[in-house]
Order: sequence, then C-alpha cells, then structure tokens
Amino acid sequence: MDVFVDALREAAVLFLRLDPYVLDIVLLSLRVSGTAVLVALLLGIPVGVAVGLGRFPGRRLAVALIHTGFALPPVVVGLFVYMLLSREGPAGGLELLFTPTAMILAQALLAAPYVAGITLAAVQAVPEDARLQARALGLSPLGALLVHLREARLGIVAAVVAGFGAVISEVGAVMLVGGNIYGETRVMTTAIVLETRRGNFAVAMALGLILLSIAFAVNLFLTRVQQGRRPSGLARALERR
Amino acid sequence: MTRVAHPTDRGGPGEPTARPESPVLSAEGLQRRYGGRLVLDVDRIDVRRSEVLAVLGPNGAGKSTLFRLLLLLERPDAGRIHFEGRAVSPGDRAAMRRMAGVFQRPLLFAGSVESNVALGLRARGVPRRERARRVAEALAWVGLERLAHVPVGTLSGGEAQRVALARALVVEPDVLLLDEPTANLDVTVRRRFREDLERLVRQRAGAVVLITHDPAEAFAIADRVAVIQEGRIVQVGTPTDVVMDPATPFVAAFTGAELLLDARVTGYADELLTVQLPGGVQLHAVAAPGHGFRPGAPVHVAYRPEDIVLSTGEAETSARNRLSLRVASLVPAGSLIRVRLEGGVELAALVTRESAERLGLAPGRPVIAHLKATALRAYPAPER
Repeated sequence: MDVFVDALREAAVLFLRLDPYVLDIVLLSLRVSGTAVLVALLLGIPVGVAVGLGRFPGRRLAVALIHTGFALPPVVVGLFVYMLLSREGPAGGLELLFTPTAMILAQALLAAPYVAGITLAAVQAVPEDARLQARALGLSPLGALLVHLREARLGIVAAVVAGFGAVISEVGAVMLVGGNIYGETRVMTTAIVLETRRGNFAVAMALGLILLSIAFAVNLFLTRVQQGRRPSGLARALERR
Repeated sequence: MTRVAHPTDRGGPGEPTARPESPVLSAEGLQRRYGGRLVLDVDRIDVRRSEVLAVLGPNGAGKSTLFRLLLLLERPDAGRIHFEGRAVSPGDRAAMRRMAGVFQRPLLFAGSVESNVALGLRARGVPRRERARRVAEALAWVGLERLAHVPVGTLSGGEAQRVALARALVVEPDVLLLDEPTANLDVTVRRRFREDLERLVRQRAGAVVLITHDPAEAFAIADRVAVIQEGRIVQVGTPTDVVMDPATPFVAAFTGAELLLDARVTGYADELLTVQLPGGVQLHAVAAPGHGFRPGAPVHVAYRPEDIVLSTGEAETSARNRLSLRVASLVPAGSLIRVRLEGGVELAALVTRESAERLGLAPGRPVIAHLKATALRAYPAPER
C-alpha cells in the first residue's frame, strides 16, 4: 500500500507547488481539448439540428451513423488523422503531424458525434409546435429556429459536457497524431502513460488527480449553467402532459 | 372583387347583391392528407372582418389541421388561401405578420412573461420604448401586469394561457386564430377566461377564428359557427341557425340533440311526416329544412331532450306525439336532471329538479312523454 500513499503525498506536493513540468502539460491539455470541443460544437450543432429537425431521405441512417460515432475508438480516429496528415497522405503537405493542430483535429472528430447526437436528441425533445407557435407570432423561420434552440439549450450544454469528457480523457488519438513530445504535444493522458512506464508514479498520479479535478470543475460549471435557471414554461407544460 | 355566396348564407332578394365587405381570410378546396388519409377537405371557408367565427367539431375532425393551414404554417395538398383578396402560400411573411395564432398548449418560451409577450413585436421591429409600452398594455388587458417580470415557469395554467393570449393580442392581428384556448383549463378558471376572451377578442383583434370542440363555447362567443365533421365543413351559420336548423343528424347530435336512428317514413300529410321507429312506435315529425321524403324512405330523427314535456296523468298539451313510457334512470346534469325513458322507444328528457320532484319521477315509474311534431326533425338516412 505504501506505493499509493507515497505517490499521493508526492502528487499533492507537485500539485500545490504548481510544478512547471506538470503545469505545461495541463495547459496544453486544456488548450487542445478546449479548442477541439469548440470545433466539435461548430461542426456538431448544425449537423445535430439538421438531422434532428430536417426531413430528408436517409435521415434514419444519419442518426444511426451519428450514434455509431459514440463508439468510435480514439485510436481508430488517431489512425485516420495520422494517415490523412502523414507524408504520403492527402494533407501531408501541410506538415501538421505531431503538432497540437493534429491533436485538435483528431479530438474534434471524436467529440463531434457526441455533440451532434446529443444536440439531435435535445432539439427533438422540444415539441415541433414551439417553432410553429413562434412562426404564428410573426417570427421568421430563422427566428423561430433560434427560439427552438433556446428551448433545447439544456441539452446542448449536455452536449458540451459529453464532448469535453470524451476528449480530455482520451489517450489513443493524441498519442498517435501528437507523438507525446514534451513541450509540444505532451498532454495529461500521454504524460500519465509515459510517467507510469518510467515508474514515476507520483507524477502520473498528480496528473491523474489534476485531470479528474479539471473534469469535475468543468462539469460543475456547466451543471450550474444548465440547472441554475428555473425550468421554462415549455418544460413545465411537457412535464404536466 | 366579387364575393362568392356561400350556400348557407342567408341573403334574400331584397338585400343588395354585392356586400361591401370581402372576407379578410378565405380558403377554397382545401385538402390535407396525412399518410394517404384525407384529414381535411374544406370546400370553402370565409373569415369576415371583425367577426368571431367558431370552427366547431369533435376531436380528430381536422380542426387543428385547418388552424395550421389558415395560419400558413403548413402546405395544403390542394386548395388556395386568400388573405385580403390576395392569394398567399405557406410562409408568406407579409400575411403571417398580420395574423397571430394561439396554440392549445400555452407553449411559453423560457424567460419572463414580459419577454414572451414582446416576442411578436420584436419580430416586427417595433422600437424598444414602444414595445415596452405595448407589452405593459397587453398584460393589463389580461390582468397580469403584476407578473411582467416573473419567469414563465412559475405561472399557473390559467395565467400561462393568459400570457399566451396577450402574446398574440399585443401584435394587434387582423386575424387571430385560437386553437381550443380553454381546453386545458379547469372549470373554475375556464369560465372567467372565456368571459375575458370574448371581451378582448372583440376589442383587440380584427377577425377571430375560434377552434373548439365545445358547442357551449362556440355558441357563447361566436357570430357564426362552422361545424366540421371528418374533415368537412357540414354547416355554417349563426349559433341560432345551427341549433335550430342543424344541417345533418351529426350537427344535431353534436349540438345537444338526441337521435332516433333508422326510422322509416310511413306517411306524409299537411307538411307532417309519419315515421315508424325500428321498435314499431309511430311518431309525427317534420322534414329537416331542405329535405323531402317519399313514403318508405329511411330517416334518422333528431329531437332535443329539453323539448320533451313529461306528465304522470293526462295533461293539456298540443303536442302531436304522446307516448306512454317508463322512467329507466335519472342522471343529474348540472341544475337539470336527465331522464332516460323506455318502453317501445328509448327517449331522453331534460327536466328541472323541481319538476322531477313534483312528478315523483323514479325508476320504473310510468310517465307520458309529450313531444311536438315540429320538435322532431327527419334527416335522410342511408338505405339498408
């Protein structure tokens, strides 16, 4: 048991001292995963809205594909992005492999299905009559859609939570396309792998604790955003039904 | 613009042929199918300026479909809609901005009461200061000025429906369409809401289309009633027309009449029909307006329970029909009592509690039912 106690004690010291090695890694993690989630939102929300509210042939197939995206193994996404960016790949000329940009791309692809899938469910949960009611008050189609999205906002925040959770903790994709280069592409999860292999359990443990704390803090914040307000009249009308 | 006379419009030769008013909203040949099933098939409906037109029909008759089509929210499979004489298609912004719809469920959006009521004005680009004034005014109309800043999640059902009404009235629509506005309210709230509704729609909206399944609501508020059955408008007229001269047995039954089904005409003399019911009982009746019958024709006969007079012995009435029956059951219906009668024919009568007591009505008690021939109306029935 000593190995755990020692590791925890050292981890606490590293954590509290804001060890520069640890700090660099944490900041890069946040930058990569945060940007990836933003990109995933830009990609996933329009897709989720279109598939959730649109009527077109192949819609069911699109829903199934998005949900299959939940099960995408990060290493497979990593492999895909690796091949895309490798010297022989179609985007090899950009020389992006082993850069944070490659990691952001891979993580955005991983998070986008979560964002799209949860957005889809959220916009579908708002009754279609809400949009019609907005139109019946003179709003433009776009205005009515914005009203609809506002009603679905709790679900869209959930999409952010799920997307962030999916990428901050994944290791397969960033390891492949980032390469775990210290100071350039080493993030928390890849560092944990490395430090564990080296036997530096304390550093690995510290990073693990920080990872969990960040996940907790982010979720706490988003939950406040999501649950802080009273339910809308629409939500209540649905409950009453 | 020429006006196409509706068959049920009452217009004698003495009236000027061209009325100055044209309908503000009208539809012709309107059809809508869902999954191959024809749910709406309306030859014509006119909404006149500053009238309250009730669209009355049972659940599933296609009322809400008509509501969405008239609001230009949905594309019909066939038919044309005119707004102010101009042909309009679904999504026509100019026409949509001059109408407003209130859905059956209040469908308030997240935010304050005020922000909900401001929505339509915002969409019309009304400047902030005028918006605030008009929102406050509209909230005062529905008696909710104190709740302006309250989040909508905290409202009661009646308050929410008032906000939904204010949200539509605030844009001062030329046509206001209301889909079952009182259906979700409990009885005590409904009465007050209905009174306010009647007062407000007359003051604040041009024309009103009130969709309802409740004949009492339609007759209380509307200038004209369009009765809809299985997607078709089967009668349009004033409340009095519809109650006194129902066009079909369905309209009669839906507005409170009772039906005696599958009778047969056995004779005709002096405008009076003799009909025989399946049980063998003979009754005197009149043909429903617009119908004539030969002996042997199958008919349904409608009567209103309140037209039956009951007595226990001989009574001086001029009623042509006099039937010796027994009381089957007594069911309280509000302040009245609904008396089921049996014995050769089953009838329903409505009597006051006082007369039920005076006559000593009780199950099994023999009574005589008196019913004027003019209170019995024969409608054509399918041959069987």
